[in-house]
Amino acid sequence: MTPGRRMELVCPAGTPSALRAAVQAGADAVYCGFRDETNARNFPGLNFSPQELAEGVRFAHAHGSKVLVAINTFARAGDTDPWRRAADTAAACGADAVIAADIAVLDHMATQHPDTRLHLSVQAAAATPESIGFYADAFNVRRVVLPRVLSVQEIATLNRAIAVETEAFVFGGLCVMIEGRCYLSSYAAGRSPNLNGVCSPPEMVSYDEDGEGTAARLAGFTIDRYAPDEPAGYPTLCKGRFKAGGKAGYLFEDPVSLNAGSMIVAFRAAGVTALKIEGRQRGKGYVTEVVRAFRKAVDAAELGQDATEIDNILAGLSEGGRQTTGAYRKTWR
Amino acid sequence: MERVALTLGPLFFHWPAEKLRNFYFRIADEAPVERVHVGEVVCGKRMPFSDPVWPEIIERLERGGKETVLSTLAAPATARERKAIAELCTDERLVEINDITALPARSGKPFVTGPFLNVYNETTARFLARHGATDICPPVELSLETVGTIASACPQIEFELFAFGRLPLALSGRCYHARLHGLHKDSCQFTCERDPDGLAVDTLDDQSFLAINGVQTLSAEVHAALFEPATLVRHGIRRLRLSPHDCDMVEVARTYRSVLDGTQDPRTARFVLSCLELPGRLVDGYARGEAGSRPAVTA
Repeated sequence: MTPGRRMELVCPAGTPSALRAAVQAGADAVYCGFRDETNARNFPGLNFSPQELAEGVRFAHAHGSKVLVAINTFARAGDTDPWRRAADTAAACGADAVIAADIAVLDHMATQHPDTRLHLSVQAAAATPESIGFYADAFNVRRVVLPRVLSVQEIATLNRAIAVETEAFVFGGLCVMIEGRCYLSSYAAGRSPNLNGVCSPPEMVSYDEDGEGTAARLAGFTIDRYAPDEPAGYPTLCKGRFKAGGKAGYLFEDPVSLNAGSMIVAFRAAGVTALKIEGRQRGKGYVTEVVRAFRKAVDAAELGQDATEIDNILAGLSEGGRQTTGAYRKTWR
Repeated sequence: MERVALTLGPLFFHWPAEKLRNFYFRIADEAPVERVHVGEVVCGKRMPFSDPVWPEIIERLERGGKETVLSTLAAPATARERKAIAELCTDERLVEINDITALPARSGKPFVTGPFLNVYNETTARFLARHGATDICPPVELSLETVGTIASACPQIEFELFAFGRLPLALSGRCYHARLHGLHKDSCQFTCERDPDGLAVDTLDDQSFLAINGVQTLSAEVHAALFEPATLVRHGIRRLRLSPHDCDMVEVARTYRSVLDGTQDPRTARFVLSCLELPGRLVDGYARGEAGSRPAVTA
């Protein structure tokens, strides 16, 4: 990050109303995707039509915010046109950047829309100076969204070795697997983030009650079980309870969400350009609350306030469950 | 008709040096495979254990008439791991790239891309070919049909289908063996060595589901894509990849060879495989464009 430059707050916009909410709550940039399988949050009821994107860009720009468009799934063999079209539409709508992972999409952007900024999606899983350098040289990628495997010390080292900006996830859902390299969902349920933009697809979920309580299943595989009086969670594959080596429990990850708000100052010192909030599946009330709190926290960090004060700003913020700083602290591994 | 070759892919598991030596020596002498991948792809922390034995394994394999391919790490992170990749990429032998990290060091010289590299379409395949890719083994979640579509648009590249073994489904920054044993990755005590095919993960209802292998998650079941050779050729498949397991891999290779030679039909071959001591039941959903966990039915 250029010394003296303010860290950018990048916020989720699953819908046009969430976009407006995020912009009004102080987002420096919002990110969104089209209503199809070109984006990795291809969920029913979410995302943008080309016209909605154009309107969203006008609204954001009028309020001094940027719009980043995620075209971050992998183009289908023999049918890459929808991905190219999505890239063309994003550029035509005046998007400030396209976030992509697939070499086919990156190549199309670099050759057809060289004036539109290109960000490397977390789905590309680029975590080393060599791989980031490759994407920068080959496609003029200007920013990399960091895979959630690096500690904050490693991010600092990485930033000294690369010439592009970095963006780090700071709050929201947490993938425990390296994103873009996980096929668990297609193994169990036939649809996956890379192929279809979905993980643990809702149409394959069932809640089956029996004498012992409720089994939350994905395509017939029991992902978790709940006692009769216990609220049942969504059976996201990697967050379930399983048996291995004679033990039963949350083998991959506890049902926690990411909150690295306490590390904003550390991110700044590590040279991170932008902080990203996850949650395109969230409504505008949630987006407003989270973005407003992080706006305050980032501004406080920029003013040199310490981590305790920032913790106080973010204290009220919780997804209702337990939180973790994830891989940013080495002990997570 | 073009002959479909067999490749023994890289070993995913942490085997002691002596076991590695015995396994590959027997492959060198007895297995009807044209190519053998060597090297650690899952965890850089294991490399100090296996690095000393690879040279003699390579020598023995090459003496046995096998082409050796040097496989590289799928999720490099440390300076030491990156250096190891850069060094392997200077080798005159064929190198397998499993992360874009290796590409700048290998660009312009021939390489194979492994299933950890996201090649989902012909544009990506052609881009990699321009950098030196001669062989592509696409991600396991792609169907035979899809690989065929990519192959038909890229005649200059040899396509390899992941055809046998527990499916490599995910990688993480976190070591699950360490987590299960109450340890951290940085002081893991190499507990993954106890599970030569990975450790089975069952659901709470005792359904066989996944397997953990350090930072890697695999399927519990064993993928077995058994197609008539004409079907493979029609889809542009030039090689089948067999992933090493702690079972009679020579017999596995012979079984696939017999199907490719037309001396055994896929149905019989499937029965033969199911009689071996495999770590899971046979599945082949991915090859047919379905969920990867679907039971094997190809014929």
